[in-house]
Amino acid sequence: MRDFWKRYCRNRGALIGLLILTLVILIAILAPLLFPQSPWKMVQRPFLPPFSQGDLLLGTDAVGRDVMAGLAHGAYVSLLVGLVSTIVALAIGVPIGASAGYFAGRVDDALMRFTEFFQTIPSFALAIVLLATFQPSLTFVIIAIAIVSWPPVARLVRGEVLSLRTREFIEAATLSGLGNLQIITRHILPNALPPIIVLASLMVAQAILLESSLSFLGLGDPNIMSWGYMIGAARTVIREQWWLSFIPGMAILLTVLALNLIGEGLNDALNPRLTRKSK
Amino acid sequence: MSLLSIRDLTIALPEGADRDHAARDISFDLAPGEILCIVGESGSGKSMSANAVMGLLPEGVTPVSGRIDFDGRDILGLSEKEMLALRGSRISMIFQEPLSALNPLMRIGAQIEEVFEAHGALSGAERHEQALRLLTEVGIPDPQVTIRAYPFQLSGGQRQRVMIAMALALEPDILIADEPTTALDVTTQAQILELIENLRRKRNMAVIFITHDFGVVADIADRVIVMQTGEIVETGSADEVLLHPQHPYTNALIEAIPRLTGDHSGGRGDTGEPVLSVEGLCKTFSTGSGKFFGKRRVVDAVQDASFHLYKGETIGIVGESGSGKSTLGRCIVRLLAPSKGRVLLEGEDIAHMPGAELRERRRRIQMIFQDPFSSLNPRSRVSRILTEGPIAYGATPGDARKRAGELLELVGLDASAMSRFPHEFSGGQRQRIGIARALALDPAIVIADEAVSALDVSIQAQVLDLLADLKARLNLSMLFITHDLRVAARICDRIIVMQKGRIIETGPADKVLRDPDTDYTRSLLDAIPGQDYERALAGAG
Repeated sequence: MRDFWKRYCRNRGALIGLLILTLVILIAILAPLLFPQSPWKMVQRPFLPPFSQGDLLLGTDAVGRDVMAGLAHGAYVSLLVGLVSTIVALAIGVPIGASAGYFAGRVDDALMRFTEFFQTIPSFALAIVLLATFQPSLTFVIIAIAIVSWPPVARLVRGEVLSLRTREFIEAATLSGLGNLQIITRHILPNALPPIIVLASLMVAQAILLESSLSFLGLGDPNIMSWGYMIGAARTVIREQWWLSFIPGMAILLTVLALNLIGEGLNDALNPRLTRKSK
Repeated sequence: MSLLSIRDLTIALPEGADRDHAARDISFDLAPGEILCIVGESGSGKSMSANAVMGLLPEGVTPVSGRIDFDGRDILGLSEKEMLALRGSRISMIFQEPLSALNPLMRIGAQIEEVFEAHGALSGAERHEQALRLLTEVGIPDPQVTIRAYPFQLSGGQRQRVMIAMALALEPDILIADEPTTALDVTTQAQILELIENLRRKRNMAVIFITHDFGVVADIADRVIVMQTGEIVETGSADEVLLHPQHPYTNALIEAIPRLTGDHSGGRGDTGEPVLSVEGLCKTFSTGSGKFFGKRRVVDAVQDASFHLYKGETIGIVGESGSGKSTLGRCIVRLLAPSKGRVLLEGEDIAHMPGAELRERRRRIQMIFQDPFSSLNPRSRVSRILTEGPIAYGATPGDARKRAGELLELVGLDASAMSRFPHEFSGGQRQRIGIARALALDPAIVIADEAVSALDVSIQAQVLDLLADLKARLNLSMLFITHDLRVAARICDRIIVMQKGRIIETGPADKVLRDPDTDYTRSLLDAIPGQDYERALAGAG
């Protein structure tokens, strides 16, 4: 574990990413304390520019809502959607990939054709269709994102399992009388974990982007303030009040960048042999 | 006059390694046309010393003092550009694993021609001609066809010949061969050794030959350097070192060489009912469905194998790679499903037994694997590796742990090993853990698949002794699969010789090793390196 941390720290970018993400998480957690009022509440006249009033640091939007409060509450939504939908996607993708790789043959064929079915449909279009069909609540946003993002997980896990399956320690486990489920959960998956963790960190970033895009199109949960919604609401005034789109846009950019940097750092730390030469 | 002269070379390892120096105070000379063998166990620094000559040390490993003089210049002081000119043209190298040293997507001819191209020698047509000539010289059958082949289409021995052809392309003064025959069968090994010997004579080329096998040393070396933990402990002419070793370490290494003339009086305990009978076992592999896409390819890996294994007996299954010996072993434990035939384990046919029943039977027959590094789950502690089998068969965790402690003691490891991970152990220790795991389920039969071929000779000897001891104490029956007849000679009561999937000879070890019935077995025996030397030793002692 100490080694892991040491290798992670060697990547300067990953440290910065971790710093930004920690900050975003803190803001998300403290949002209800810092801004106890609902972010939907009108507090001042509309289009108040940033830094013009002491208590409204980032000004107000088109209907006079506090931008800073929206940003803080939006951080909570973005992170929640990112994390939960990634967990759901892993819960779908890992078992499918593991079964396909381990049992091979017909099971593999069937499961992989099923996966390809999802992969060939453009994921964003599928998410829109799903949300247009169901009501746009936070739960369905998360489910829709999970449904469009599990196929890469399944493919990655399948590949890892295929290569691990032929290793001698798996044969030894078979001879020791272990069942298939035990072999998969105890011997194969722990060894396939590093690439899955790296992929998961990147998937969180993807999910945040997807949620923002959906909210921008007005397909998000209408009762929840999110970064995507803020950009979407401000798009009509982008030439006069550009900062209303710019500020939440920066929040998305920084958070996604942070997660990507962390993913890269994790990759270096978990696969020390693949580490690029850093000079 | 010496061609290459190394003086007081010390190579530092990066911080955190198990010792400070990969090699320390190495000094030796190499004369033109001489074959110098560097012998030592893995980790003795023999490869590092050779890599330093090529300027091919891994990152973080640097020569800190001394000099390497070649052609009147100190190699260590050369720039990367000057080294490039030297490598391949004046000094070249061949490696242990020819498959990973060749580019899988390039034709053989192109890879040889590339060597000329890299050094800007010859024109296109001449390069092709030279490549052809080189392939002929290294004894590749049908060079006109082979020059258009890809590496995967060649056998291991042929690949090594191609590597040698590439190394020889620019007529180097020195050839460095790093364990070039370790991955090859005995018969192929003998051919490659002969080839190197011939080329040396014809071209008056100096060879640095790195090996851990004293049999090979005895066959090929003019002079010998013995290395231990980074230092030269003994150097001298081949005869001096081999017949009158001065250093105790050299002595130990020579002692550890498995000899053909073993003691086989142990014999089988009681005869009567065999514990394992294999009857007419066949295994066929097929690729492609043969329906729509391409032709169906069928490989008969094992054909009609039959034998009996009695209680307390050890049968050696020997053969070259591709002879089907490992497939046979895996079919017997049902890691592979046999295509045809019966496997009677204590009277019950397990060859076609379904899942649950098979699982119950299979605890009586366990396996020890070849590679001590891939046969243990890197993320499991030893305690889990040893207890999960018994727990899966219904033992309580407490009992299983107690038994695991006893097993570790039985295989000569400390009980404190329980809480450690596999990577904290050496190869030999890991193989002991593998043996303990195989014994955890109290099997009647143990199948050892090349169980010692990945280990150094001295460790090999220890593990073989351990197996022999365990077999006697626990009255185990053993199937010992190996390509090394010397190892088989040491431990087996009976020997089965396989060739191309068929059993071609079966008999008591003494008989098979001294007076074989088939020419094939005789050719295997003749190919064993160091036989003259063994006779000389026997004569002297």
